[in-house]
Amino acid sequence: MSDVAPLSFQDLILTLHAYWGKQGCAILQPYDMEMGAGTFHTATTLRALGPDPWNAAFVQPSRRPTDGRYGENPNRLGAYYQYQVILKPSPPNLQELYLGSLKAIGIDPLLHDIRFVEDDWESPTLGAWGLGWEIWCDGMEVTQFTYFQQMGGFDCKPVSGELTYGLERLAMYIQNKDSIFDLVYNNATADRPAVTYGDVFRENERQMSTYHFEVADTDMLFDAFKKATAECESCLQHGLPIPAYEQAIKASHIFNILQARGVISVQERASYMGRVRDLAKGSCQAWMEKNRWAV
Amino acid sequence: MTDFLLELRSEEIPARMQLKAKEDLARLFHDTLAKAGLAAASVETFATPRRLALIATGLPLATEAVSEETKGPKVGAPPQAMEGFLRKTGLSQDQLVERDGVFYAVVEKAGRQTADVLAEAIPAIIRAFPWPKSQRWGAASVSTESLRWVRPLQGIVALLGDAVVHCEIDGIVSGAETMGHRFHHSGPIIIGNAGDYIEKLRDAHVLVHFSERCRIIREGAKAAAEAAGLTLVEDEGLVIENAGLTEWPVPMLGRFDPAFLDVPQEVIQLTARVNQKYFVCHDAAGRLANAFVCTANIDAHDKGAAIVAGNEKVLAARLSDAKFFWEQDLKVALDTQAQKLAQITFHEKLGSVADKVERVAKLARWLVEEGIVGPRSPAQAGAQPATNESFDQVLDPGLRRGTQDLEGASNPNVTPAKAGGQLRSKQLESKGQEMDSRLRGNDEDISVRALAGQAERAARLCKADLVTGMVGEFPELQGIMGGYYARAQGESDAVADAIRDHYKPVGQGDDVPTAPVTVAVSLADKLDTLAMFFAVNELPTGSRDPFALRRAALGILQFMQHNELRFKLNETIDYIRRLAVLEGELSSDQIGGDGDAPVYRLDQVGRWNDDFDLDLDGRLAEWKDEKGNLQTASLETIEPELLAELVELLVKPDELVTFFADRLKVQQREAGVRHDLIDAVFSLGGEDDLVRLLARVKALQAYITTAEGANLLAAYKRAANILKQAEGVDKNTVAPAQAGAHHVSQSGTTDEIGSSLRWSDADLGIEESALRTALDAAEPKAAAALSVEDFEGAMAALATLRAPIDAFFEAVMVNDPDQDKRAFRLGLLARFRDAVTQVADFSKIEG
Repeated sequence: MSDVAPLSFQDLILTLHAYWGKQGCAILQPYDMEMGAGTFHTATTLRALGPDPWNAAFVQPSRRPTDGRYGENPNRLGAYYQYQVILKPSPPNLQELYLGSLKAIGIDPLLHDIRFVEDDWESPTLGAWGLGWEIWCDGMEVTQFTYFQQMGGFDCKPVSGELTYGLERLAMYIQNKDSIFDLVYNNATADRPAVTYGDVFRENERQMSTYHFEVADTDMLFDAFKKATAECESCLQHGLPIPAYEQAIKASHIFNILQARGVISVQERASYMGRVRDLAKGSCQAWMEKNRWAV
Repeated sequence: MTDFLLELRSEEIPARMQLKAKEDLARLFHDTLAKAGLAAASVETFATPRRLALIATGLPLATEAVSEETKGPKVGAPPQAMEGFLRKTGLSQDQLVERDGVFYAVVEKAGRQTADVLAEAIPAIIRAFPWPKSQRWGAASVSTESLRWVRPLQGIVALLGDAVVHCEIDGIVSGAETMGHRFHHSGPIIIGNAGDYIEKLRDAHVLVHFSERCRIIREGAKAAAEAAGLTLVEDEGLVIENAGLTEWPVPMLGRFDPAFLDVPQEVIQLTARVNQKYFVCHDAAGRLANAFVCTANIDAHDKGAAIVAGNEKVLAARLSDAKFFWEQDLKVALDTQAQKLAQITFHEKLGSVADKVERVAKLARWLVEEGIVGPRSPAQAGAQPATNESFDQVLDPGLRRGTQDLEGASNPNVTPAKAGGQLRSKQLESKGQEMDSRLRGNDEDISVRALAGQAERAARLCKADLVTGMVGEFPELQGIMGGYYARAQGESDAVADAIRDHYKPVGQGDDVPTAPVTVAVSLADKLDTLAMFFAVNELPTGSRDPFALRRAALGILQFMQHNELRFKLNETIDYIRRLAVLEGELSSDQIGGDGDAPVYRLDQVGRWNDDFDLDLDGRLAEWKDEKGNLQTASLETIEPELLAELVELLVKPDELVTFFADRLKVQQREAGVRHDLIDAVFSLGGEDDLVRLLARVKALQAYITTAEGANLLAAYKRAANILKQAEGVDKNTVAPAQAGAHHVSQSGTTDEIGSSLRWSDADLGIEESALRTALDAAEPKAAAALSVEDFEGAMAALATLRAPIDAFFEAVMVNDPDQDKRAFRLGLLARFRDAVTQVADFSKIEG
């Protein structure tokens, strides 16, 4: 990445789209709901279940209210972007495909130290786990690489390979920036200057941090959690796993805001997470049943 | 004879699993071949992130033919037996061989080709491999029965001599092809045989010897530090971990901004080591330097400049995070943090950590006031050991960061940027100083008071760091961070050290704190944990000890031994029991305690146990009697003894003492002390001063392992056996008093009663008389020695019995037809047995 100008944030995404599109992935759009990670997208959770092949790639905005830092920490954000790839069944050359994507975005593996470091993944809220690695580039974790073994408490048959790139981290690496907010977002032209990631999102970080930590109406949120829970159960009774799952995602996000507000005690935390897990698992089960897949 | 190469190539094997995998491969290979009657001259195993390999030398090309003979029924056995045998062996009767009236089935097994044996062995080894965690993958995983491996298995090389051993497992076919370094080599490598495997891979930038990679990292990291004028902080755990992450290791030195050195060095080292797997360095003065050594897996085009720059950036980001936590935490007084502990559950049945802190604070004070931990303990003069030890202890290689940056639920421990900041109070500072000045005084009373105050203060703050941002991020730093924050807010060194070290000792090898404040807090913390978990019946079972109670007990034992604490376990437990009285609700004298006893909240006690409940609103105690009927009594009128008994139900002091005895046995076994001797002393009962108990056990061991001691033990066993038989035959005939003509009892009166009056020395055989005389002398001597804890003296007194008892057994027949003689002799033996037993219960001694 010396001779040519490094990729802008948006070109990083476009390059990954082109790369994975060429590998036969359906390039999807983000799921239009607040969620903590790309794994929550139905294209990952629900599609990881059942026997049908599935290959997709997409960006998923990821909200982590407790990680908000009012836009003041150069390495942390309350909302950021994950690039998510899922290949099912996991192909035998998945590692090579992944390394090819790094080359595509300008990382030379004979100049930079790429490593596969053990990192077993588990999502208690999704009842899911898998084995894999975090991928290090010169000591920085840039991707999580997972072979899903279970989702929603069900064995994955067959196993999917999931890649989750931390887009901001990769971009900081490629552009050699010390702060997320200094990332070059787009490509300047003669009469249109480039904007930075900070130009686009810093104010969002400030306001959303204030909201999540100080303002969010906790009574309203507790109530909304209850209602999402009830709605999820109602959808399950009507045999509608997708809307049920959406309510589970909603409950999960509300729980995350309540956490950020500091109103969930340590004792209560486990029980709230248990509620969300039950909803997600119930949705997965309904999805299996709807498709008539043996568990 | 020929050599065999097996390589199981996979996606990256976790570093921590590789050494064990080498051992497992060697073992499985050996066992599988042994079953087929094959053995190699030598077996060597290799592991890298991407392969697990084995070279066996000196294998025969075929197994030898063997003749297996199975014994069948006798000639003339019932026909059913013969039918069954023929069915089992698949032979007909005329194929059997008859010898000495018995039929035998003889099966000639031809020798097998070693290649065939291996072709079966390889899939069997793969399927049986005991990975700590394994997975399915790929198209085959539509079935949950598909092959499992630690990560997807990519290829198998199996060569016997120059020939491929053909086998297949789940679609993976063996061959001679493997792959070199992921980035330094492209395309397959053809291996010729076991002899060229290592070198062909070396040419492809793969060092298959784990030990060679370790050596390169160890020496290279040292050299990189020295080239910069620094000293590497050696760390074999990191060497092994990095060797497990690389096929071609290249250690390189990087730097970080010296401004980060303001952050406590433990934090820097932990971040560098656990998160990044870097070594740290010391400067010439032995201080942590602003440098680290990382280990890359490639020889980069640019000699690693970009790699070092990248790693420097990552570490800087991590350190700035740590610095942020450090600075935020410093803004909040520990007292304020401690209040938040009310939100953290200690255990669902035992309330919050704040409740625990309250108990520990009172207990720590009490331990000082009772003189169990005193200013005069030998420890007091000595300064606490250097921080280095606590430093190493937190850097356990197994520790990993708990949170995942890219996925999962939010980390509950992250403190938001705006976490509020109450500054430390002046009051605290002056309090600390006042204590210091008290300690300097010579008046012991004042120094006890000061010490008690410091112990209570340290205990109140000792868990406060659990809610700090730094410990949220690095749980391994609990205690250590509290020590830093305490010092920063002006607590005395004694208090800060106690907070820092109160989790110690965390294992048999760990150093044992000696500073009195630290001892008081640490001991109180561990005692409380034990007493409380015993109260709610959350006891360790088998290998499960989720609340680390064994470690807590071991820690207490280490304190007792190392600091020679004279410590009545029962009294202390009794004290904790008395803490279980609700202040103001019940006066402590209601359960027989003194008026100063600090208290537990009894409403918590009430829900601890199904056997006992307190209804504080109704002012009633409720419990189940032996028949299981519910009983109640008013708290205003309940008998103190009854209440004490009920509270006893909760704390179970006997179980706890037994638990300590078991821990002591485990601990002392490593020190070479025999567990049966510990039992022998323990089973006397009444000994809960473990320091004294151990002294007694050691004296016993010193004696019992001499020839004389062994003889005495043999004599004891003989005597005990005879007595046991006699007691079986006729009860009441055996009483030591009957033989005790000259025995002076403990009350000081001559113990001449009954028929024994008839036995003067003149009536006795010389051996009987000698034994009686020896007993008369030894009994009071042993008792006197025991009363002043002179266990060697007590042993010496027993030793004088050895010759007379041997002579007695030699010359005297105990079971004389004359019932009086018999009773007298049995009585002598009983006296002998009892004299020995006052020192230790010899019946528990093995051998």
